Amino acid sequence: MAWTNWGDFWAMGGYGLYVWAAYLLALVIVVSEIAVLILSRRSILDHLGLTAHKRRKRAGEVGDDSPG
Amino acid sequence: MPSPADTAYMASDPPGMPWLGMALEHKLYPLAGRAAPWFAAAAALLCALALYIGFFRLPHEIVLGEHYRILLIHLPASWMALFIYCAMAAAAGVGLFGPHRLSAMVASALAPTGGVFAFLALWTGSLWGKPSWGVWWVWDAQLTCALLLLALFLAVVMLQTALDDARRADRAAAVLILSGLIALPVVYASVMRWSSAPHGTLLVPSLGPGTLDTLLGGMLVMGAGLIAYTVAAALTRLQTVILERERRSEWAVRLAGE
Repeated sequence: MAWTNWGDFWAMGGYGLYVWAAYLLALVIVVSEIAVLILSRRSILDHLGLTAHKRRKRAGEVGDDSPG
Repeated sequence: MPSPADTAYMASDPPGMPWLGMALEHKLYPLAGRAAPWFAAAAALLCALALYIGFFRLPHEIVLGEHYRILLIHLPASWMALFIYCAMAAAAGVGLFGPHRLSAMVASALAPTGGVFAFLALWTGSLWGKPSWGVWWVWDAQLTCALLLLALFLAVVMLQTALDDARRADRAAAVLILSGLIALPVVYASVMRWSSAPHGTLLVPSLGPGTLDTLLGGMLVMGAGLIAYTVAAALTRLQTVILERERRSEWAVRLAGE
């Protein structure tokens, strides 16, 4: 099958509003889920990385305070 | 240093089966990280192919109208909502007998994606139903069950975030998931009894055989793409859930650094 022009494609035989509303929301909601996944992953990794970093730092400070 | 509640929860794994406890999550974490990108790539390819079929291979449809292209996302999304719920229920069922911490993690990794597809099934169904049936919504068995599915997914997500005690949240979620599994067919059958709204019967006889084959093929490719997407999303979320729950243990910090 072929669309004769892009205008016909976007119009979808008069049902463009329904078709594009369906697919646009599908795209938006999936992209948002991916964004939430990436952000929550980054946040827990930051949290854990910071914890490890603080631990090392604390250990280092203890080393500095030791008599010598 | 784990809090007393965490220690009690860790100790509640079945004795004599250490491979069902922390070791399993430990092994699963890097595996999930390696597998997720492949599933994500497969999902992108398959969904792009399905959209190409839907918009450039499906013939113009005079009887149904061009909005029948919505079905290409609507049906796979509905299948996925039910499929993810069954997977979640299987995890909750396994958790009753064995590794209930990991089962709860799998269930909470699946629930948000299930909610996404249940919502999409309702939204796209409404946008197909309005021009086809003249109404946005009817109380037929499938729509009622899709709404119930969405409510169940949301309830599981909210339980996990609302209850601070992970053990209680896991138990409550497992009970909810399994009672939902019983409620769904009961609701379906009882609405079926007094509702006369025809769901799929309207569609099939009015389509030509070539159109039907292309539509079914496109929906199967989209279904495969959505399965790959769900696996990729659930694996990524499972990693996050494992790290969040084990954030006080050394091995989680070590894994996160790798």
